[in-house]
Amino acid sequence: MTALPYMLEARDITKVYRSEAGDIMPLKGVSVELAPGELTLLMGPSGSGKTTLLSILGCILSPTSGTLNIAGYSTAGLSAEGMADLRRRHVGFVFQSYNLVPTLTALENVMLALDLRGASRSEAPDLAWEALAAVRLSHRAHVMPSKLSGGEKQRVSIARALAGAPSVILADEPTAALDSENGQAVMALLAEVAKGTRRAVLVVTHDHRTLKYGDRMIRIEDGRIASRARRRAQPGEDTVFAPAA
Amino acid sequence: MQTTADSASVALPGQPMPIRKGSTRLPMVPKLAYRNLFHDRLGLIVTVVGIVFSVVLVAVQFGLYLGSENRIAAMFDHAEGDLWVVPLGTKSFDDPAMLTGRERHSVLSTPGVASVQELAVGFVNWRKPKGGSTAALLVGSDITQSTGLPWDITDGSVRGLAAPSAVAIDSTYFQELGVGGIGDRAEVNNMEVTVQAVTKGIRSFTTLPYVFTTLATGRTLLGASADQSSYTLVKAAPGTSIDDLRSALAKRLPDVEILTHAEFRKRSLDYWLFETGAGAALIAGAVLGIIVGMVIVAQTLYASTKDHLNEFATLRALGASAGYINKVILIQAILSAVIGYVLGMMLSLLVIWAAEDSTLLIVMTPNLALMLLALTVGMCVLAALCAIFKVIRIDPAVVFSR
Repeated sequence: MTALPYMLEARDITKVYRSEAGDIMPLKGVSVELAPGELTLLMGPSGSGKTTLLSILGCILSPTSGTLNIAGYSTAGLSAEGMADLRRRHVGFVFQSYNLVPTLTALENVMLALDLRGASRSEAPDLAWEALAAVRLSHRAHVMPSKLSGGEKQRVSIARALAGAPSVILADEPTAALDSENGQAVMALLAEVAKGTRRAVLVVTHDHRTLKYGDRMIRIEDGRIASRARRRAQPGEDTVFAPAA
Repeated sequence: MQTTADSASVALPGQPMPIRKGSTRLPMVPKLAYRNLFHDRLGLIVTVVGIVFSVVLVAVQFGLYLGSENRIAAMFDHAEGDLWVVPLGTKSFDDPAMLTGRERHSVLSTPGVASVQELAVGFVNWRKPKGGSTAALLVGSDITQSTGLPWDITDGSVRGLAAPSAVAIDSTYFQELGVGGIGDRAEVNNMEVTVQAVTKGIRSFTTLPYVFTTLATGRTLLGASADQSSYTLVKAAPGTSIDDLRSALAKRLPDVEILTHAEFRKRSLDYWLFETGAGAALIAGAVLGIIVGMVIVAQTLYASTKDHLNEFATLRALGASAGYINKVILIQAILSAVIGYVLGMMLSLLVIWAAEDSTLLIVMTPNLALMLLALTVGMCVLAALCAIFKVIRIDPAVVFSR
């Protein structure tokens, strides 16, 4: 099987919200590609269109125009249930507020994602334990979210996104609710996920301390791509991004 | 930091996780429903109290309806006959008038008649031995034939009624009739009677106590002539067509009505349950119980769903189908229904047990219990629709705006 050059490929994405007060256009022809094994940072000021873009890339919103391919599948003409099916099979999410189900333990939260992806009763527990082990939280598997720290909750959220092996992981401000130490740990984990599992990882962030974990950086302003850059520095060196070709 | 992330995935990027066909699914939907339900204990208590209230109300109302049916039909279920000769315009067994007295001979001379029994039925004034009086319904039957009346005798015997002015009454009405058992005396229409038999559980729908006696004593106490009766029960000879016999009797007796056993039974039931509005009131009470229960369950399920809306939005964002989320809500509703039903039935059986020796007859049958279970589950599932309508309108994009 030929490896796909991009796990996610969005071309000329626009989004228009129509209202009586006038049209609002948060995205004006945005193109994004996410390659396997890379962690891409999406940065930009508030209101620049990051969240709308993330929603479209995650098949939660449909673009007004433009094309989106995830793992080789086009979203063109998909119904709401078809979009749900595509994101269930190919997209993992990490949310700023973790969005864990408070009535389920850490392990059960991961198993819930596996259940959504159709895992069987026999394989799901092993896969859930593996995902928790990957984020080094096996010892907290049976703890309810209310008893976990912010960093632990975000690690469970990453384990949930990892479970079921999605092609793309989309993270929305994953460090915003965490202190510096936990934020760094979560970013390091996401970078490991990208490299170790050959997933494409996109992280929306305001936090400049996360720069050192990115392989690429995309800046979005006023609904357009303002710049693209690729890491030049080697690991351990000061972060240097050079304009992408 | 040493990486361990690669241990978490088995599928290649671009390939969804393989689903093993035919494998058993995880029980996550019922688990989530159960946890959501029990997470909000107060909400659960309110829901269950609403369902219990509804189940008890519906069980008691339908139980009373069935009890009323049993009471109204009791005479028909114990008297033996294929056709009833009744005065024109008779609305029910408890609405007696007297026939002219020539009916018995006309019936007996009709071909196809095997036997005839007469019943003298009428309202009487029962004067209590210690003063005071009350109305009662006297039923006089030929105890030498197997009329089936009275039944369920717990003290004394039918033969005891052969004694002069002997009567049988039900123990339920001891207090109302001012007597305490065998040998006690009272007056019926100013004539002395003696209690010679006691029955258990023969209660009338109209709440007037039944007083059983022989046909002869009944005629005397009702002031009827020696050949008069209220009803003439006709038993057809084997092989005789009931319809043909009915036509033949109608020709001979144009001033009375000839009803089949089933017709008179139904006429009595229809009169008391529907023409008087008593049955409609019981059914209306049951419907009210269902509505109240449904509103309470709908309200609490809706509130619970609103509380968990962000989780449902997260599930939707993670790719859960609408059906997956609807299942969670429906299972919550069904769990609530089962818990409420079990507690409600226990309370209903307690109420029925407590009413056993009272003048209220509440009946619980296996069919009614099954119908109540179906009704409770149906009510809760319908109530869940409000919550489902709320959930299907969730925009999963809200997960990014929190």
